[in-house]
Amino acid sequence: MSRRLFSFHGGIKPEPHKAESAGVPIRPAPIPETLVVPLRQNARAVSRCIVEIGQEVLRGERIGEAEGVLGTAVHAPTSGTVIDIGDHPMAHPSGLATPCVMIQPDGEDRAIAMLPFDHRAADRQTALDFLRDSGIVGMGGAAFPSHIKLGRGSGVDTLVLNGAECEPWITCDDRLMRERADAILRGAIILLELIGAQRIMVGIEENKPEAIAAMRVAAAALDRPLEIVPVPALYPAGGEKQLIRTLTGIEIPHGKLGSEYGVQCFNVGTAHAVFRAVVFGEPVVSRVITLTGNVANPGNYEVRIGTRIADLLPLVEPKADTDRYILGGPMMGFALPDLSVPVVKGSNCIIAASPTLFPAPPPELPCIRCGACARACPAELQPMELYWFARSKNFGKAQEYHLFDCIECGSCAYVCPSSIPLVDYYRFAKGEIWARERDAAAADRARERFEFRNYRQEREKAEKAARLAAKAAETKAKLAQGGASATADTASAATEDPKKALIAAALARAKEQKAAVKPKNTEDLSPETQAEIAEIEARRQHMQAGATSAVPADGSNSGDTATARHDAEPIPAPADEERS
Amino acid sequence: MLAALLIMTGIAVVLGAALGYASIRFKVEGDPLVEKIDAILPQTQCGQCGYPGCKPYAEAIANGEADINQCPPGGEEGIRHLADLLGREFKPLSEEHGVEKPKSVAFIDEQTCIGCTLCIQACPVDAISGAAKQMHTIIEPLCTGCELCVAPCPVDCISMVPVGESVETWKWKYPVTEIRKVA
Repeated sequence: MSRRLFSFHGGIKPEPHKAESAGVPIRPAPIPETLVVPLRQNARAVSRCIVEIGQEVLRGERIGEAEGVLGTAVHAPTSGTVIDIGDHPMAHPSGLATPCVMIQPDGEDRAIAMLPFDHRAADRQTALDFLRDSGIVGMGGAAFPSHIKLGRGSGVDTLVLNGAECEPWITCDDRLMRERADAILRGAIILLELIGAQRIMVGIEENKPEAIAAMRVAAAALDRPLEIVPVPALYPAGGEKQLIRTLTGIEIPHGKLGSEYGVQCFNVGTAHAVFRAVVFGEPVVSRVITLTGNVANPGNYEVRIGTRIADLLPLVEPKADTDRYILGGPMMGFALPDLSVPVVKGSNCIIAASPTLFPAPPPELPCIRCGACARACPAELQPMELYWFARSKNFGKAQEYHLFDCIECGSCAYVCPSSIPLVDYYRFAKGEIWARERDAAAADRARERFEFRNYRQEREKAEKAARLAAKAAETKAKLAQGGASATADTASAATEDPKKALIAAALARAKEQKAAVKPKNTEDLSPETQAEIAEIEARRQHMQAGATSAVPADGSNSGDTATARHDAEPIPAPADEERS
Repeated sequence: MLAALLIMTGIAVVLGAALGYASIRFKVEGDPLVEKIDAILPQTQCGQCGYPGCKPYAEAIANGEADINQCPPGGEEGIRHLADLLGREFKPLSEEHGVEKPKSVAFIDEQTCIGCTLCIQACPVDAISGAAKQMHTIIEPLCTGCELCVAPCPVDCISMVPVGESVETWKWKYPVTEIRKVA
């Protein structure tokens, strides 16, 4: 099986350091005293918590519901009790806190009833929703929701399975391919059927002969359009665009995605998780993680999501001169700000670093314009230009030079003879540009809302003016009418002033209305109450008669006075019909 | 001689007609400079510049009535952008218009709120939800931090809370070179 491979631009060959951890089979890590399961699995989405403090949960029980476009579900990694829900630092370079569910395992590790899913019988959307609710995200490191990647594909004919694992030190995919090749390939076939692709190409760096052999054996047994392709060990061969280029020769242009060119790429760990979810109904509650570096027993462990890194370290016994821990590979990972952060679905490797293994970089010197970075850049950018623009905070120019095509692989900084931390500058520039975009979007929204508010106020003013004008016109019309009828009538006080007539009419109407209102709660009264009411009524009659005689003829006035007095009178509740 | 005159007159007439047509056909509605200035302003609508909103301030700058250093929320960077756009010298923020503060959003103490709606009427971007005699609350993502709701509150239940960093808004810092003594 030999095929023509293509090559991508640049790349570097760092010391692989794979042998340290690749020799030992994957071991299950013990379940710790407390699990801290972040509801946020990547920087973009947080799931909605659906458990309460004190609630008993089982392994695989959903504790976080997918929310938002990029949301996926989060599940309890083992059985136990929810002891707290609150903010806890997450595995992120900032070390900032994020909502987490803290679970105290009961040690029994009971699972909920897991049902396999028949993706062939279900329609596409149901299948994608199933993957979302199983919490399937990219296990290569970015933790991008897989159902989004699958949903995007239309006309995808090649599924690329990424087993390159090009970063030094990391061996979790290597071990996974050696030990669970069949599950990975079956998972890949499920992905193939979901996306409607024709063939699968598995790219594995040729420095992993055991993994290649194991995958070939598994592929031969499956009899599917599967091809296991060893690719040259050249960092970053496992970059999505680089691997697609190596395997298919398709060069994905700037700002485009593989799916637009008929290729979609998934990590082998993701395929494995898909297999477990679809065939056994088991959501993502654990992952394989490499623990290596300056430790006595490096190796790969199957770790429950939410296990704190501090709880994992005793397994490998870090040596005394360890000064920091790196999450991810040495090229793209970051030093952990805090060891209490939990493992998330995207965590693939923890490296104990010591000054001997990772000496502090020599001091940054001025750029000598040697162009070594441009020769090493796998994205074919001009890193020195980007560096100048990022350094001088000329972000517009940096974007013109396609800053966002930079995959932050670190090849440029690796080869830089002046040891300039180039990637740090690019990350800084990207962060600033995103912040500006967020601010600009917020300003646009504020402008729109402000303008709408002004428009609304104007409209309300106009509407009010129109209403008043209409009312005035109506009154005028009524007056004219009333005047006409009044002239026909006999001479009364009203004829002198038509307005007075209107008022009198309104008062009469009000009186009529008042008379029409029947007292409430007057049924089923005891004889005493009845008698009391009768007495009050009599008194009222008497007073009203008095009032009418006291105030001259105008009936409207008498009504007013009566009301006023009536309000002042102590009336028993059942008869109180006037209180509103 | 006559031919030359006629030709020149003819050219003048044709060009004049073309220009006249173009001025009608490609007429620019409004002042594009105002739009450009408005795009730089932070749209807080706070009125600290002395104008009732960002757009009026932009108009005032375009007309030469206002200076470019009257917008505290825009800060120094905003002034620099305005100076670049208008080809003027940069000048520090004018103190009488306020000082640059970290971005904050208003927060209503819901225990104290009496539901008077005064803050709702004051909010320039309709970022407060509530009704008469009902508790009010700030719709945080929409709040621009203009502080216009703070003064009208009769029970002083509105405070400004600085917006903290979250995982979404966190940024990588500018790389700092450590200065080490080389022996």
